Amino acid sequence: MYSYNLNHLEELEAESIFILREVAAQFEHPALLFSGGKDSIVMAHLARKAFYPAKIPFPLLHIDTGHNFPETMIYRDNYVEKIGAKLLVGLVQDSIDEGKCVDEKGFNASRNLLQTITLLDSIEKYKIDCALGGGRRDEEKARAKERFFSHRDEFGQWDPKNQRPELWNLFNGKKRMGEHFRVFPLSNWTEMDIWQYIFIENIEIPNIYFTHKRLCIKRDGTILAHSPFLTLKDNEKPEELQIRFRTIGDMSCTGATYSTANTLEEIIMEVAATRVTERGTRFDDKRSETAMEDRKKEGYF
Amino acid sequence: MNKERINKYIDMELLRFTTAGSVDDGKSTLIGRLLYDTKSIFEDQYDAIKKASETRGEEYVNLALLTDGLKAEREQGITIDVAYRYFATPKRKFIIADTPGHIQYTRNMVTGASTANLALILVDARKGVIEQTHRHSFIASLLKIPHLIVCVNKMDLVDYNEEVYDNIKADFKKFAAKLDVQDIRFVPISALKGDNVVSMSKNMPWYQGGPTLLYLLENIHIGSDHNLIDCRFPIQYVVRPYSDDFHDYRGYAGRVSGGVFKKGDTVMVLPSGFSSKIKSIDSFDGEVEQAFSPMSVVIRLEDDIDISRGDMLVRENNLPRISQDIDLMICWLNENKLKIGHKYTLRHTTKEVKCIIKEIKYKVDINTLHRIESDKEIGLNDIARIVIRTTQPLFYDAYKINRTTGSLILVDDSTNETVGAGMIDYKN
Repeated sequence: MYSYNLNHLEELEAESIFILREVAAQFEHPALLFSGGKDSIVMAHLARKAFYPAKIPFPLLHIDTGHNFPETMIYRDNYVEKIGAKLLVGLVQDSIDEGKCVDEKGFNASRNLLQTITLLDSIEKYKIDCALGGGRRDEEKARAKERFFSHRDEFGQWDPKNQRPELWNLFNGKKRMGEHFRVFPLSNWTEMDIWQYIFIENIEIPNIYFTHKRLCIKRDGTILAHSPFLTLKDNEKPEELQIRFRTIGDMSCTGATYSTANTLEEIIMEVAATRVTERGTRFDDKRSETAMEDRKKEGYF
Repeated sequence: MNKERINKYIDMELLRFTTAGSVDDGKSTLIGRLLYDTKSIFEDQYDAIKKASETRGEEYVNLALLTDGLKAEREQGITIDVAYRYFATPKRKFIIADTPGHIQYTRNMVTGASTANLALILVDARKGVIEQTHRHSFIASLLKIPHLIVCVNKMDLVDYNEEVYDNIKADFKKFAAKLDVQDIRFVPISALKGDNVVSMSKNMPWYQGGPTLLYLLENIHIGSDHNLIDCRFPIQYVVRPYSDDFHDYRGYAGRVSGGVFKKGDTVMVLPSGFSSKIKSIDSFDGEVEQAFSPMSVVIRLEDDIDISRGDMLVRENNLPRISQDIDLMICWLNENKLKIGHKYTLRHTTKEVKCIIKEIKYKVDINTLHRIESDKEIGLNDIARIVIRTTQPLFYDAYKINRTTGSLILVDDSTNETVGAGMIDYKN
């Protein structure tokens, strides 16, 4: 007998494709925020599926802090070429040069917060009325209340108390001039769903998600990649460790985990057994208990 | 885990359920318990709430803190919005829409219930079936959630007494006769102590052999919750590649909202009324043999017909209702009151039209289900039966028959806010 049931990944895929098509139908200038991290890769993959055999009808937008892992940049350029997408890049360095923001100082300096300024600038520059983000509700407690269609005022700010109710699969993307939307097609996916999907769809990802030897620094319980963007303290010595990355952000704030996982199956096994959230390796979330909520209100991803 | 086990994990069903509860009936503790006992809580999350519990001077680790998201809520100690939680067992992946249960948050409960196929109703064993229980159950019934689980919580505080549980069960059944829910289950639990949530309780020998809450969540049959009879395919987007490889390609993208579509089927296009045959059902991974709800696909037709977003593919011998005069039950979501004669933008499937409010028939008392014909002032969190007229006909089904083609939202053009959620042809 024919089964008329979808499994959880098929149902999540159908939901995300529906959202992506809704964005293409409701907005004039959407863009897909693409960092070369696994969530944005899955989102881009779903966008290819949503519009096939046509190409993705909107550009990818990378907010480039200049502190990327070189491996991610190679991956980004190859991927964009492979799928024939248009790539827009917003440089944090430009925002700094234009005097819109200044680099943080000190040992924990990061360009994570500065990204928000560059993102909002790019949204204005390219007249983007909807930015598709790869955020997931399971990542962090402030994100658990995020809508699929998240309205932002003319300053790009998120008001958690004044969100539009979202019922059934009816999405309201109406807005005034100058306002925009953030839309999160992966809202209902978990880290495990993402990895399972990458596995069954056989999606190529940057090689630093797999185990490799790397010069690292241990700082406050986090393993950071040694890079020119990191100011070493006196007692810190780079050492070679066998690690991989569970998430990819800036080199200056993305923590690695000890791992020998060399295949997607091994990564899935590791995720299944792991006892720390993936953002637990992110230095940027540890600044305060409400770090994510505060950044989101300002217009962060 | 070997590859075989990975494949097993990949083939899980998805169950969306909603919980409603107020500040002290233990809802957050129950969710915390489900997450904790299914090992869905990570060490760093646990450490964070442990630290927070200590700071607040609480004796034990407060599992409820896991689900309190935003700063304002943590300060006030209440949940003010819909929060979504995720956990999985080897059998199913679960999405919880966690909503506050106070009357002033009716709109959040309705929002959470709109996508759920199961509702958890919490009853405090010491208090029994109260007004709030009626309200939550009514909303679940109003939104046509097919399955209801009544958790009689805090059994530890009534000495795990069987009689207390039986009385509550009997009370609820008496009240539930007024509801339109087919599948109602009961389970006696203590979320705080963990009795019958994930593991069978040793404290209630009289319940031996009865299912735990998790067992019910994992095993309630949800396979037939989608409508597989009435073919409905609202056109969402027209795919035109304009490339050399796909020169004359014209596909209609959408999500199946009911029935099963197959290659070769004769379909009718609404509103034009033209008929054609399905040439192919396409996806990125190749042609699809059959498309059913809730699949997202692209359908191509044999004939060149002018079709755009908002149109609908159906079967000739099974048409939806087609009308400009719509009778519906509405939940009002906004502080600005519903006004007779006022015009709103209406969104139904992928169609957007304008509508005017023609009549307010009555308001519903959501605690007693009584009609209040004298009060026609409809404000935030009110539920009312109304009649509207649209600028163009809608193609719809009664909400009871199809939750997708039977639902709509109203948008206020002056603020762009979503102000109303409507269920069509809802006969109370």
